[in-house]
Amino acid sequence: MKNARAFLLLLCGVTLAAPAFAAPDESQIDRGHRVYDKWCFPCHGTGVGKPGTESLAARGQKPAVLEERTDLTAPLIKIFVRHGVLFMPTFRKTEISDADLDAIAAYLTRNNKH
Amino acid sequence: MRTPPGVSASDFAAAIEQFEKVVGKEWVFTSDEDIDTYRDAYSPLWHDEGEPIPSGAVAPDGVEQIQAVLGIANRYKIPLWTVSTGKNLGYGGSAPLLSGSVVLDLKRMNRVLEVNDKNHYALVEPGVSYFDLYRYIRERNLKVWIDPPDPGWGSPVGNSLERGGGRTPMRDHFGAVCGMEVVLANGEVVRTGMGALPGSKTWQQYKYGFGPYVDGMFSQSNFGVVTKMGIWLLPEPEAYLSGTVMVPRHDDLSPMVEIFANLVASGTVQATTQVATPLAYAPADPELTALRASGSIKGLEEYGARKNIAYWSISLPFYGPSKVIAAQWEYAKGKFSAIQGVRFQDGESHRFPLSADEVAKIADPVPFGIPSLQMFSVIGRNAVGHLGFAPIIPMTGEAVLEAQQVFEKVYKDLGSPGGAAASFPLFWYFGRAFVIIYLFPIVHDVEKNRQTRAIYRRLIKESAARGWGEYRTHTTFMGDIAATYSFNNHALLHLHETIKDALDPNGILSPGKNGIWPKGMRKTKA
Repeated sequence: MKNARAFLLLLCGVTLAAPAFAAPDESQIDRGHRVYDKWCFPCHGTGVGKPGTESLAARGQKPAVLEERTDLTAPLIKIFVRHGVLFMPTFRKTEISDADLDAIAAYLTRNNKH
Repeated sequence: MRTPPGVSASDFAAAIEQFEKVVGKEWVFTSDEDIDTYRDAYSPLWHDEGEPIPSGAVAPDGVEQIQAVLGIANRYKIPLWTVSTGKNLGYGGSAPLLSGSVVLDLKRMNRVLEVNDKNHYALVEPGVSYFDLYRYIRERNLKVWIDPPDPGWGSPVGNSLERGGGRTPMRDHFGAVCGMEVVLANGEVVRTGMGALPGSKTWQQYKYGFGPYVDGMFSQSNFGVVTKMGIWLLPEPEAYLSGTVMVPRHDDLSPMVEIFANLVASGTVQATTQVATPLAYAPADPELTALRASGSIKGLEEYGARKNIAYWSISLPFYGPSKVIAAQWEYAKGKFSAIQGVRFQDGESHRFPLSADEVAKIADPVPFGIPSLQMFSVIGRNAVGHLGFAPIIPMTGEAVLEAQQVFEKVYKDLGSPGGAAASFPLFWYFGRAFVIIYLFPIVHDVEKNRQTRAIYRRLIKESAARGWGEYRTHTTFMGDIAATYSFNNHALLHLHETIKDALDPNGILSPGKNGIWPKGMRKTKA
């Protein structure tokens, strides 16, 4: 799984390089929540039958549910969505627009400590 | 900038500029970064020579925009590759077959035009996903079920055109299609069936219309761009129950399948089931491992008898009024009782509608018309992607055993341990035949994927030699499989090519799809 290792390296690099966050915009977070429910929840949600959550748990990621994370960054989220990782495929702009992706990032980073 | 084969850079630039005028600059994609999102994430040719890479993508929103895009493609001879939601992973995803094609991405056409729960149908556009359609129905509390495939992010239009399958009684997805709207390569818009009658009141209620029934021509083909499709839905059933039939001996398979075939053809069993070898899933035990490796049928039978594990089993799902399905299960048990030593086990049962709490507890909700991605929990664990080899074989015990031998050899070639029982693939039924689904892992390792492709191609040949043919495949193998349907010097392929040339003389629509190449490309086929 060379690619997975490359992504982990990338993850570290991006995390370190992430810029300081602007104050979260509530309407942007709400929009992100809706987009997340549509596009991400079926794989990364809570409950049974969620392969993304199961895969992250199996790889020791805590918490395995993305919505509970406080260490994700917008650039990292965008890399995963546009490039995919492991069995997660890429998502095109006709599926998740850049604006929707910004909103997902706002939602998933809402609880980050700045 | 990449260019399509045989198209000059200046012509391609002109075409792109015109595409942008039609759909808007933001819906034409030519940057490497955007093109990468159209590559097949599960490609068996991943990062290898020959991985098809598009030269761009164009995403129209509406029939008029499609007509304009086709006009431009005809003018500049640009090959287009049509995708609906682009999530046909395992079969090519959103990537073309011919490298350099421009992806005609219909994801933006994502409107549910109608759902009727009195006559039980939907009319949808190609960009609608099973999740979208399910949500639409739930939000309106309509009393109909969709039949999602595994997984649910695909398109009802795309999956039906690819002749995919689900697990409820509406599982034959192309069989559930009722009426289409198609844009032909020359831009003409055709409505099929009753839709050809202006003001028709029954487009989604009677399939055949008047005259030749042409809908099948647009499935697994490149003869047009389907922009609307009617799909029959299942009225929400009252109840569900499942039961498992277990037989003790190897030779019980033939009578078991014969009885099953009768239940399917008579309509007693209407939904997906699976023939399995419980010995394959028994807990790890050195004795069983040794028996599997030895291939001793007698030894396995004795082991099964001692441990109370069946040699074969078949699960039967029933949907409908609770009294009716209870009677169907009783009837089936009566039929299978002709086999000495048969055992029965009652399985899951439900009454519908399910509450939100009940749904949340079901790991695999697909048999209940609820789309899910849970299948990746199983197939995503040890691989980046998957590739399915799926021949249609006769619904007989003898054919199952013969297929098992063929696949056993493949399993060993893949370097996996275990004997006959461990390698037993899944057998579902389709029509009045079985379809074997044998999943190969796709990994980010060029050499391993090459080995998988070599085995896959050998299987195509070995299957054809036994009179078995595949129902569907990844773009990589479409030419190989089309070549096996060769009766009378490839007469069927010649018919497809004749139709292709008549409808799409410039060969702009999905060149190479299911082995069908336009005239100008037949000698340089991939």
